Amino acid sequence: MERVAIIGASMTRFGQRDAWVRELLAEAGEAALSDAGIDGDDVEHLYVSNMASGEFEGQTGVPNALAHDLDALPAYTARIDQTSSSGGAGVYAAWQSVAAGASELTMLVGGEKMTHRTTAEATDVIASLTHPVEYKHGVTLPSFAGLTARLYLDTYDAPRESLGKVAVKNHRNGVDNPHAQFRKEVDLDTVLDSPMVADPLRLYDFCPITDGSAALVFCPESVAAEYVPEGEYAVISGIGGATDTHVVHERADPTTMGGVVDSSTIAYEMAGIGPDDVDVAELHDMFTILEFLQSEDLGFFEKGKGWKAVEEGVTDRDGELPINTSGGLKSKGHPLGASGVAQVYEIYQQLTGNAGPRQVEADIGLACNVGGFGNCVTTTIMEASQ
Amino acid sequence: MSDQNSGTESEATPVFEAAEYDDGSITYPPHPVGPNGSERVGTVDLGEYDARVITWTTSMATPPGVREPNTLAIVEFDLGEGYDGPPVRALGQVAEDAAGDPFDVAIGDRVEPVHVAELREPGAGIREPESQSWDGFRFQPVE
Repeated sequence: MERVAIIGASMTRFGQRDAWVRELLAEAGEAALSDAGIDGDDVEHLYVSNMASGEFEGQTGVPNALAHDLDALPAYTARIDQTSSSGGAGVYAAWQSVAAGASELTMLVGGEKMTHRTTAEATDVIASLTHPVEYKHGVTLPSFAGLTARLYLDTYDAPRESLGKVAVKNHRNGVDNPHAQFRKEVDLDTVLDSPMVADPLRLYDFCPITDGSAALVFCPESVAAEYVPEGEYAVISGIGGATDTHVVHERADPTTMGGVVDSSTIAYEMAGIGPDDVDVAELHDMFTILEFLQSEDLGFFEKGKGWKAVEEGVTDRDGELPINTSGGLKSKGHPLGASGVAQVYEIYQQLTGNAGPRQVEADIGLACNVGGFGNCVTTTIMEASQ
Repeated sequence: MSDQNSGTESEATPVFEAAEYDDGSITYPPHPVGPNGSERVGTVDLGEYDARVITWTTSMATPPGVREPNTLAIVEFDLGEGYDGPPVRALGQVAEDAAGDPFDVAIGDRVEPVHVAELREPGAGIREPESQSWDGFRFQPVE
């Protein structure tokens, strides 16, 4: 199987944007083409990661719209919807297209336009992924987070403050990300005194509602140097996708994300590495509790010990394993379909030495993109090209 | 449901329907195929059983048509010593006291299911009203 390189990447500013989804996708797509030094009509496969443009905006058929807007004709196009993990699933689809030899040059653009909706409406669109027996009780993704956070704190005797420290860390990282929705530090008291959203979690335990887009360009590793110099591309050395139960309460251990365990096991095996080899990671911190769960289920820390790593600064930018140097979904924002693509964008920037003030020493990076409440997961492992 | 033909209101007993499979396991909700590919062989009414609160939250920001605040719990049913399959759990709203406020609950509390005709307003949210039922069971602390 051909190894796959990423030779170009871009992301728009995340936040409240005037642009609609078609314009956001085109903005990121055009920038990624430019970054890779190619034209739209060079693209053989074009994938769009997007959860709900029809529900949010009444705009369907976005891959076709984007292909036309970028003159990426007659590329094969498809929309990848896997809810919040649409971006990661798009990375998987793009990787697959090149690894299988179906495309020599693939572009992936992820994007979502959400902020024109009220919080209640946007929350309901996202909650529509739940099973009818969950939906009729008014469950939301934030309420799953509250349920799981309470159980985690109780089971592992973790202090409430440890969750707040995830928010503090990721906001600190977001200050140095010019694309982030929030570029402002918050202190622990602010997090712990913010309005209650889903007891015991408060406003600062949650990511915001966001507009934005991100894009990546893929080709076989064997020809990557024909597009960009060695060192300016990164290689996908391992990737895995997995699915957990649709109904969240049916999981054997509600504090374990089986999709994270299963997808990362596949990715580690493909890459021939283990969790100790990872130098930097972007995790899906849609809620602070998710950073604990993923850091444990990826094997970085023992079950029930992820909170201690945050307390001890292990996951700080200057720590042993920096997590969410981009600011994470928490501070960067979470435009559903874009988030998994933007995670890989950050790892790409880190591995090519282009992360600016966020730069850490890294040869191997990992991105974990989660849909639903761990329902669908893609784990991607990348290596620097030199 | 009301009996329109007789003109009298005869309430059918609501069933908290879980599925039983040929390997002895039970799931809520029912699935066409059970754990490890097992075949569905029957129905269990969870309304006949007490449960224990595994965890709970109170959601302060609720979607259209949902009560606010909305206290939710994941509970695990006590199906007796004769059941040795995977835990049977449900997520549901916590019942309201006489003042209309959700009861306080804590991890480990014993609760019982109480039927409610409409858990949230059908059609207020994005889900097509005809696509699913809207009645169900809340959980009330056992005295």
